[in-house]
Amino acid sequence: MIGIDTIIQGVLLGGLYALFASGLSLIFGIMRLVNLAHGDLIVFAGYLILVGVSVFGLNPFLSALIAAPLMFGVGWVLQLAVLNRVLGHNILPPLLVTFGLSVILQNLLLETFSADSQRIPVGVLETASVDIGVTSLGLLPLLTFGSAIAVILILNWIFYRTALGRAFRAVSDDPTTASLMGIKPNRIFALATGLALVIVTIAALYLGMRANFDPTTGPARLLYAFEAVIIGGLGNLWGTLIGGMIIGVSQTVGAALNPEWQILAGHVAFLIVLLIRPRGLMPKQ
Amino acid sequence: MITRRKLLKTTAAASAVLAAPAIAQGRKIKLGYVSPQTGPLAAFSESDAFNIDLFLGTDIGSEFEVIVKDSQSNPNRAAEVAQELIVDDEVELMLVGSTPETTNPVTTTCELEGVACISTLAPWQPWFIGQQGNPTDPGSWQPFDFSFHYFWGLEDIINVFTAMWGQLDTNQRVGGLFPNDADGNAWGDPTVGLRPGLEAAGYNLLDPGRFQNLTDDFSAQINAFKGDNADIVTGVIIPPDFTTFWNQAKQQGYAPKAVTVAKAILFPPTVEALGEGAHNLSSEVWWTPTHPFSSSVSGQSAAELAEAFSTETNRPWTQPIGFVHSLFEMAADVMGRTASTGDGEAIAEAIAATNLETIIGRVAFDGAGVPPFAAANVTKTLLTGGQWRRREDGSFELVVVENSDAPNIPTGGAFETLT
Repeated sequence: MIGIDTIIQGVLLGGLYALFASGLSLIFGIMRLVNLAHGDLIVFAGYLILVGVSVFGLNPFLSALIAAPLMFGVGWVLQLAVLNRVLGHNILPPLLVTFGLSVILQNLLLETFSADSQRIPVGVLETASVDIGVTSLGLLPLLTFGSAIAVILILNWIFYRTALGRAFRAVSDDPTTASLMGIKPNRIFALATGLALVIVTIAALYLGMRANFDPTTGPARLLYAFEAVIIGGLGNLWGTLIGGMIIGVSQTVGAALNPEWQILAGHVAFLIVLLIRPRGLMPKQ
Repeated sequence: MITRRKLLKTTAAASAVLAAPAIAQGRKIKLGYVSPQTGPLAAFSESDAFNIDLFLGTDIGSEFEVIVKDSQSNPNRAAEVAQELIVDDEVELMLVGSTPETTNPVTTTCELEGVACISTLAPWQPWFIGQQGNPTDPGSWQPFDFSFHYFWGLEDIINVFTAMWGQLDTNQRVGGLFPNDADGNAWGDPTVGLRPGLEAAGYNLLDPGRFQNLTDDFSAQINAFKGDNADIVTGVIIPPDFTTFWNQAKQQGYAPKAVTVAKAILFPPTVEALGEGAHNLSSEVWWTPTHPFSSSVSGQSAAELAEAFSTETNRPWTQPIGFVHSLFEMAADVMGRTASTGDGEAIAEAIAATNLETIIGRVAFDGAGVPPFAAANVTKTLLTGGQWRRREDGSFELVVVENSDAPNIPTGGAFETLT
């Protein structure tokens, strides 16, 4: 029953979870902020892409390309106007603010787009597949996995090869000292949230093409993202990808044994990793 | 400055004003109506406002007042608003519709308070058995004194589904998708669910097990169906999960001859979201504009009612429109016949004696086709099977393809295999 096919499907599913999780990981890694509205922001971005597709008749990928800078703007404003005010030693205020944001976003989407479930149409790509002998793989899941790797490669490049990345790492380690060196932490935080929301847009594109979404589907997406981030080690992006893959593979293997165990297997894997490595597989030094 | 004396005066005046309308009224008959207008089940209630306005605008409707409450798709909330309608608004008759999550708590509340209640839009088993103290012990099941329900049951689903599949040449192997929720557990139950009926009809059901709603991966089910060589897929599944399943099935090269699922593809927006892949998917059909019935309050035919809805709201017709309309037909008929409009028992007697031709067909609590334990409270409505056909412009049309249980409803074509 547990064939190569099950493992491969799980790895590909992990790619989707890693995409959900990267934005969350980025925000947490830089400013120790747990963004509870992450799932709702994914759904929000999904609707933004959908508007481009259904109202202006754009290709979904083009629509996402237009939505990405808009989402960057949303993140920038959100961080400067709201989240920066509550960041501090106490982690509760930002947690509560993002929780409130989650409720507001859901209801705003419900008012604007109604409770109808929506999907981003992509024509033949929806069902296209490649035959690799042992099994056939959907082109869309493959693309999702590839995008997850690309996103993490690019983020790592930004982190370790650019001046912006140095600033990210500096404010993450010690905002006070960083600001002595001429870095404005609030500005850097705003850039980080903007960047995270660009990744959110990419996640939204693949979620919207894979399954239906409606204004209330956000929180369910947050949970897997959260687990992937924690398994991988908080703030480590490669760890997030591995975390996503562990959850994905556990779910497909669990389901192959019995569909009742599908979701449970993911959660159990999460707990086992926490028991063995409480700080995650690849904790930040 | 507010003094104690002043406060007492103003509050006394305010309460007098508040109490005034209750005394002045009493001419119009008060109907309470509970339905899920918001939340995940909101699509069922899309036609509520349209149907209530239509009813109140007719001659007979002008004698009624309808107090509408939203269950928010939440059973606790449904019980709460039913209580409000009974205690605060003093409604004389309760109407409730749309899925067991709303009908059951409202019916239970009415039963406790001794208020007559008419319910519809939920299969009768979850409605009747779901409200019993011990749903697993048929010996303990009690009939209701004030509550009545009209809709179809799981046995009708089995008849319709197998009759549709019978039109194709298949290997009679069926894969089942039953999630871990109220519907999935009822349909997937090995003794009272679909299995015994399907097996009696010669079909082999493969049920890989319950899965959680909002699952992101259906490879396990797809592999199991592939391994079993299932020509047919059935189940009761929520729309997002069906989309995920169907796309993955196509990606992984699984191509069944027929996919007949309940719940997921009831409403046009979800079918349109599936795009080309939705062509020839099939589902149960309880009401269409081609049903040869007309309204007893407005005189409109089914087609005219659906047309009026589409013109007013700019939305395609959906199956609940006819049933929501019929609830108000029932109310008008029952309150016209009852010996006393203020007496729950007299109204319940009038409901039990109903024999009315409505827009969804005849409603009469004569016990036809219903097991004895539920015969006093339940009557069954017609059920047919339909397929979604994609038009040239990308929109979808629901065509009735199976009517052996309801031969007076015209079919629009034969059951076609998925291409």
